[in-house]
Amino acid sequence: MSIPKETLLHAYRTMKTIREFEERVNAEIMNGQIPGFTHLYTGQEANAVGVCAHLDESDTIISTHRGHGHCIAKGAEVSGMMKELFGSSEGLCKGKGGSMHVADIDKGILGANGIVAGGPPISVGSALAAKIRKNGKVAVSFSGDGSVNQGTCFEAMNMAVVLQAPAVFVIENNYYSEHTHISYAVGCDDLKARTEAFGFPVFVADGADFFAVYEAAGKAIAHAREGNGPAGVFAEQGRYHGHFVGDPQAYRAEGELEDLRENHCPLKIFRAKMAESGELSDAELDAIDAEVMAEIEQSVADAKAAARPTAEQVTEDVYIQYTATA
Amino acid sequence: MPEKTMRDAINEALHQAMEQDDSVFVIGEDVGGCSGSAGDVGAVGGVFGVTEGIYHRWPDRCIDTPISESAIVGAAAGAALVGMRPVAEIMFADFIGVCMDQIVNQMAKFRYMFGGKSRCPAVIRFSSGGGFSAAGQHSQAMYQVMTSFPGLKVVVPSNAYDAKGLMLSAIQDDDPVLFFEPKILYQETADVPDEMYTIPFGEANFVREGDDVTVVAFGQMVPKAAAVIDALAEEGISCDLIDPRTTSPLDENAILESVEATGRLVVVDEAPPRCGLTADIAGLAADKAFSSLKAPIKQVSAPHSPTPFSPELEAAYLPDADKITAAIKATLA
Repeated sequence: MSIPKETLLHAYRTMKTIREFEERVNAEIMNGQIPGFTHLYTGQEANAVGVCAHLDESDTIISTHRGHGHCIAKGAEVSGMMKELFGSSEGLCKGKGGSMHVADIDKGILGANGIVAGGPPISVGSALAAKIRKNGKVAVSFSGDGSVNQGTCFEAMNMAVVLQAPAVFVIENNYYSEHTHISYAVGCDDLKARTEAFGFPVFVADGADFFAVYEAAGKAIAHAREGNGPAGVFAEQGRYHGHFVGDPQAYRAEGELEDLRENHCPLKIFRAKMAESGELSDAELDAIDAEVMAEIEQSVADAKAAARPTAEQVTEDVYIQYTATA
Repeated sequence: MPEKTMRDAINEALHQAMEQDDSVFVIGEDVGGCSGSAGDVGAVGGVFGVTEGIYHRWPDRCIDTPISESAIVGAAAGAALVGMRPVAEIMFADFIGVCMDQIVNQMAKFRYMFGGKSRCPAVIRFSSGGGFSAAGQHSQAMYQVMTSFPGLKVVVPSNAYDAKGLMLSAIQDDDPVLFFEPKILYQETADVPDEMYTIPFGEANFVREGDDVTVVAFGQMVPKAAAVIDALAEEGISCDLIDPRTTSPLDENAILESVEATGRLVVVDEAPPRCGLTADIAGLAADKAFSSLKAPIKQVSAPHSPTPFSPELEAAYLPDADKITAAIKATLA
């Protein structure tokens, strides 16, 4: 499969941005600079980037509690996101959403979502709108291996088939729903087969490999975009961090994290493939690394200097118009 | 002016909104009906017939769904986020129990959590309330529960005229709206103009005007309270009867001004008493009009019990003319 050089450069830059964003967020949380509950996507970068490479701004995604990567991959501004995580009124959501509710509707980001499997039904609605308008758009929902056990996920998958809506269900298996392993929580041996039993094709990819995800997502998204109803992507790849920042990760096997970081790193795999094919040079990728590091550094400096919200903003943005007379 | 049932008035509002704006669509279980069958697809129009005829005119915008309430509300919310104006039907308000997350954690909070940068102009319709011997899972009002959630607007019409105007307002509204239709009133008639008109949210209707007691009632309790007040007028007792029409936003001024004039307040709702609208309105008056009160506030509600099945039990459960009459007289004692 031939991928344009511009796409390759953008994919690497985006994966690197997600990686450094998450690592810096982790550090700032440990420093006490970022409040609240945060779930990091480090290690899973290829999933978000491989899928979103096939989307334009008016296609939609809906994400999960582990949503920073999806939002960056779909085009959310890093500086606005960092400010949001710091709780600034200059943040993408004016400091009212935080990590679990990062959204940018204008960019087709219908939000990270703090409710596991809250997103798939909403994504089906976006897909239904595309079908009614016949505009060729698709709606992608990201779900984890925990989400697929929620009834709302089942309802959404069945409804998408019934309505023949251009919905794409991306299932990211990172092996753990919170602290519980998939071998315990998913009651069948073959999650792909279980998903396909709803009545749509599911394309499988190694979630550590951008090229594999790109290929699988390309098939799924084309299937939906061409009016064939929903499709799925199933990608396996572990997360480098805990369920939340601060999770002691008592569930990890010995050497598990080291193996992930060493042998299943999306950035390393990408670079190795580029070195092999010669499509991108080390120098080009190193230059991107430097630019990304500088951007993240700047975003943190900006977030620390950004305006803080004030008490009168608490009740703003609840409604567009609320005509109570008292 | 032509006389129409509440069912037909809402149906007419839906037809007119669909005709005027092609971003409006209806979605829910059997809103068309008979999909996938060998029979007459579109023949049902919802179990109460409120969406009757829509499928035959706009099959692409009349979406029959599986029995999947979370997916119905979620689909409406998602479509609204990208610019459509869905009107979803949840057959019975009680089924909020299986789609609460999509209503409360999702659609209600999008705009706030997203920093004011989204709009979700979805309407969710529910049949609501008791009186059908439908027992514990098909009889609840539920609007009193949903009123407590910021981000939602909550509408409870008490007659066919208001139902049409409020529905057209709901569809045009850019915020999510929950529209509770007291099912016992579907066949009740009123004069309803053929043309489109809207009734603003947060503007109460003075159903009766009087000097002695303020009565605030919701939904199916409005006509019951009106009948009581008409009977008491013959005894020389005159009452304001206020129908807030929307519980969120609430026309607090109308209630407070009336209480300040009468000095007496009776609040009537069909839901159980705890954390409900009668307590809410009583609290409002106690907080902001205490010095005007000449008598203790009286609340008339169902008891703290699920809705029973047997007709005798349900009659004893729902507020009736005797209970409303007794409450009004108690404030005058």
